[in-house]
Amino acid sequence: MNERIRRRDFMKVVAGAAAGGLAWRAVRPVSGETVWQLDPEKCVQCGRCATHCVLNPSAVKCINSYEICGYCDLCPGYLQLGAKLDTGAESQLCPVSAIKRKFIEDPYFQYVVDEDLCVGCGKCVKGCARFGNGSLYLQIKRDLCVNCNECAIAVGCPAEAFQRIPAEDAYLLKTAQKGAPGQE
Amino acid sequence: MKRFRALVMAMALILGITGPAFSQFRFPMPEFESGYQHPEMLLPPPEAGMGLLDAVVLFCALSLTAFVVLKQRSRRTIFMIAIFSVLYFGFWRKGCVCSVGSVQNVLGALIPGSDVVPVVVLLFFILPLVFALFFGRVFCASVCPLGALQEIVAIHPVQLPRPLQTVLGLIPYVYLGLMGLSLATGAGFLICRYDPFVGFFRLGASFSMFLVGGIFLVAGIFIGRPYCRFLCPYGVLLGWMSRFSKWHVTITPAQCVQCRLCEDSCPYGAIKEPTPEDRPMPRRQGAKRVGLLLLLTPVIIAVGAWTGAASHQVLARLHPTVQLAGRIAAEERGVYTEMTVASEAFRSGSKTIPELYQEAQTAIQSFQPRSAWFGAFMGLVVACKLIALTTVRGRVDYEADRGACVSCGRCFVYCPVEEENASE
Repeated sequence: MNERIRRRDFMKVVAGAAAGGLAWRAVRPVSGETVWQLDPEKCVQCGRCATHCVLNPSAVKCINSYEICGYCDLCPGYLQLGAKLDTGAESQLCPVSAIKRKFIEDPYFQYVVDEDLCVGCGKCVKGCARFGNGSLYLQIKRDLCVNCNECAIAVGCPAEAFQRIPAEDAYLLKTAQKGAPGQE
Repeated sequence: MKRFRALVMAMALILGITGPAFSQFRFPMPEFESGYQHPEMLLPPPEAGMGLLDAVVLFCALSLTAFVVLKQRSRRTIFMIAIFSVLYFGFWRKGCVCSVGSVQNVLGALIPGSDVVPVVVLLFFILPLVFALFFGRVFCASVCPLGALQEIVAIHPVQLPRPLQTVLGLIPYVYLGLMGLSLATGAGFLICRYDPFVGFFRLGASFSMFLVGGIFLVAGIFIGRPYCRFLCPYGVLLGWMSRFSKWHVTITPAQCVQCRLCEDSCPYGAIKEPTPEDRPMPRRQGAKRVGLLLLLTPVIIAVGAWTGAASHQVLARLHPTVQLAGRIAAEERGVYTEMTVASEAFRSGSKTIPELYQEAQTAIQSFQPRSAWFGAFMGLVVACKLIALTTVRGRVDYEADRGACVSCGRCFVYCPVEEENASE
C-alpha cells in the first residue's frame, strides 16, 4: 500500500516535470538572447553614458582599438586642445586620468584606458573622433552591464545609438577595414 | 620621415583641421621598428556563470526557508535569511534579476516578435511559483529582496481596517493588468521603471526613485509590507499558487486552543478568525446572493471592458512616445521653458515633430482594443473579489490566509501551544 502511494507520487512528479518541460520548450529561445550595446558610429559623445546608467560608475567604458590608433605623440584624446606637449594632469583631457600613456618608439606612444577609473564620459572619444583616427570609442562592458529590461542610457541617448544585439556578438566594434588609410 | 609625420600631426592640431565633422582614420597605422605588439583589447563576454549561480542561490534560499518555516518554525532564522537576501540579491547583485520583474519577460515572450527569455530569468520566474505551490509563499518570507527589506523595517506595524485592506488589495491586480497592457502595446517595462527599492540596492538612482522608496520604507515601519501587499504584481501570482499549496505554515504547531493570543499578531492581516456561531445571514439568502453575483459577472466584465476602451487615451500615457509627444507639444506651446532628458534627446536627434506625433497617434490607436481587455480583466477581478467576500467558509480555528500569508513566522511566538514531540 505504502509502495503504491509512493508510485503515485512519483507519477505526479513525472507529470509535473513533463508539464514544466513543455512550458520550457514553449519559452526556450529559438533565436538567441539579446543584450544592450552602443553603436560607436552613431555615438555623438553627449556625456550621458556617464550619468544615466543605473550603475555608478557607468557600465559604459572607453576602449582603445589599437588597430586603428595612430599612436600620436600629440594625442587629441589624451591632451587638452591647445595644451603644450606636457602630460601633467592639467593638460589631460580625461577628468579622472584614466588614460595611461607609454612610450613605444620615437615618435609613437601607446594609450591604454584604465577601466577601473574610466567613467564613460566620452571626452577623449570626442577629441579622438574630431582630430584623430577615432580609435577611442565607448562600449558597454558586458561583464559590468546588468542588462536592464529598459536601459536608462538608451532612454536619454540623443543619437539612438543604443540597441539590442545578439548576446553572442556582445560588442559593436569599429574595424580597421572601414576605410582606414594604409589598411587596405 | 617620422619627424615629418609628427610635424604634420602637430600642424593639423594647431591649425585645427576641422574638415567634415567626425571624419576619422586620418593617420595610417605606424610601422614599428622595435617589433612592438599591441596589447589585446579587454572585451569580456557577459558573465553567464554569475546568473546561474544566482539561480542556485535562489533555489537554496527557497529550500532553506521552506524547511525553517514548516519544520524548524524559527522566526529568528527566517529573519537571518531575510538579511542575507537583502545583502546578496539586493546590494551584491544590485536587485537584478528579480522575480517580480521576471513576470514581464515571461509574459512578454508570449507576445510574438519579442525578445526571448534568458534561462536565468525563467528560473527566477518559475522557482518561487513552484515553491509556493508546495510550501506557500516562502519566497516572500525571506528570499525576495524587496520583501525582505520591508520585513526588516516593519518594526512597529499597526493593523489596518479590514475594508481598507480589501480595497487596497485590488491595486496589485491593476498593476498586473497595466503591466500586461504596457507590454502588449510596446510601452515598456512598468515594474522595472517603478521599482521603489532598486535605487537603494544600486546606491544610485533618480531623486524621485529615492523619494518613493524612502516613503515606502518609512511607511513600512508602521504599515507592514506596503509594496508587497498593495502593489506587488508577482505577489498576485504567488497568492494564486499558495492557495493550493500542498503544505502551508500553520500558526500553531499542534491543535489550536482558541486562546485568541495570535489574533492581532499578524501585521499583514493574513490571519483568518473562526467563523462566528451565528452566521451573518441565513444560508439560503447567502446562496441567492452568490447566484446573483455569478449572473452579474458578465455584466461587470462588460462594464469594465467598456470603461477600459473609453479611457484608452488616458492609459496611452503609459507609452513613452505618447508622453514625449505630449511634452514636446507643451514645449511648443510654451508651457515649459526647460527640456526634459527625453525631449532634449529628441530635439538633438534627427526625427521631426510631425513624425513623432504620427508615432504617438499609432501608439494611442494600439491602446484602444487592449485597454478593453485590461478593463475586462479588472471587471473579472472585481467580480471574483465580490464573490469571495460573499461566500463564508466555516472555520473553527485561527488559520493563516493562504493567499495573503507570506510565511514570515511572526505569529509563532504568540502561540502558547507546544509541539507534541513526545507523543509521536
